[in-house]
Amino acid sequence: MTVRVIAHGFDPGGQTNLFLKEHNSAGAVVTFTGLVRSSPSDPITSLMLECYPDLAINQVETILAQGLTRFELLAATIIHRYGTMVPGDPIVQVMTMSPHREAAFEGAQFLMDYLKTDAPFWKKETGPTGTKWVDAKSADDRAKARWK
Amino acid sequence: MNILYFAWLRERLDRSQQQVEPPEHVKTVADLIDWLAQNDEAIALAFENRKLIRAAVNAQIVDHDAPIADAHTIAFFPPMTGG
Repeated sequence: MTVRVIAHGFDPGGQTNLFLKEHNSAGAVVTFTGLVRSSPSDPITSLMLECYPDLAINQVETILAQGLTRFELLAATIIHRYGTMVPGDPIVQVMTMSPHREAAFEGAQFLMDYLKTDAPFWKKETGPTGTKWVDAKSADDRAKARWK
Repeated sequence: MNILYFAWLRERLDRSQQQVEPPEHVKTVADLIDWLAQNDEAIALAFENRKLIRAAVNAQIVDHDAPIADAHTIAFFPPMTGG
């Protein structure tokens, strides 16, 4: 299992290709990449993601260990970026590997749902009307609650 | 002990960290918040809604009733918005 909390950009395709080679008895790999979003109804020009790195490593490692055990994954990797980004930049990548697809899909969704609420990152958006901290969403809490 | 502040808490307090030596009777995270707020109006205001304040002791997330006896670093921050 690999956890990386980094202050620079990463290449999702390159990371995927590396991950594909991690295990030779896997039948399924799922990769998810979260991007900085700017939409017509909520346009932004940049996103600053603040991080508490010591806590982030602890939290992301705990989340990953839970996912590996619960879904019997052969391997999993979480990459989470912080710092200043622009729309289209990758923020997070979650990759899971298992003998069959169901565990890989579910494991990736579980990891993302937990990252949203339990990993110490805070988003601050800058757009045409100024700068604001993004509020935590109750939908994210509900998404996590379904795994209880 | 060293106290860290993140996100809008850091901005409202205009500081990312501070060193404090709380007295003996300050035994939990909640006690520490009370003690800090008594001595600092900016903290009293920023911490007004305690439900929005998350805490970590020595880089482990804890509830507000957690003890701080062995704490060297305590962090305060709003709900997380990662991913």
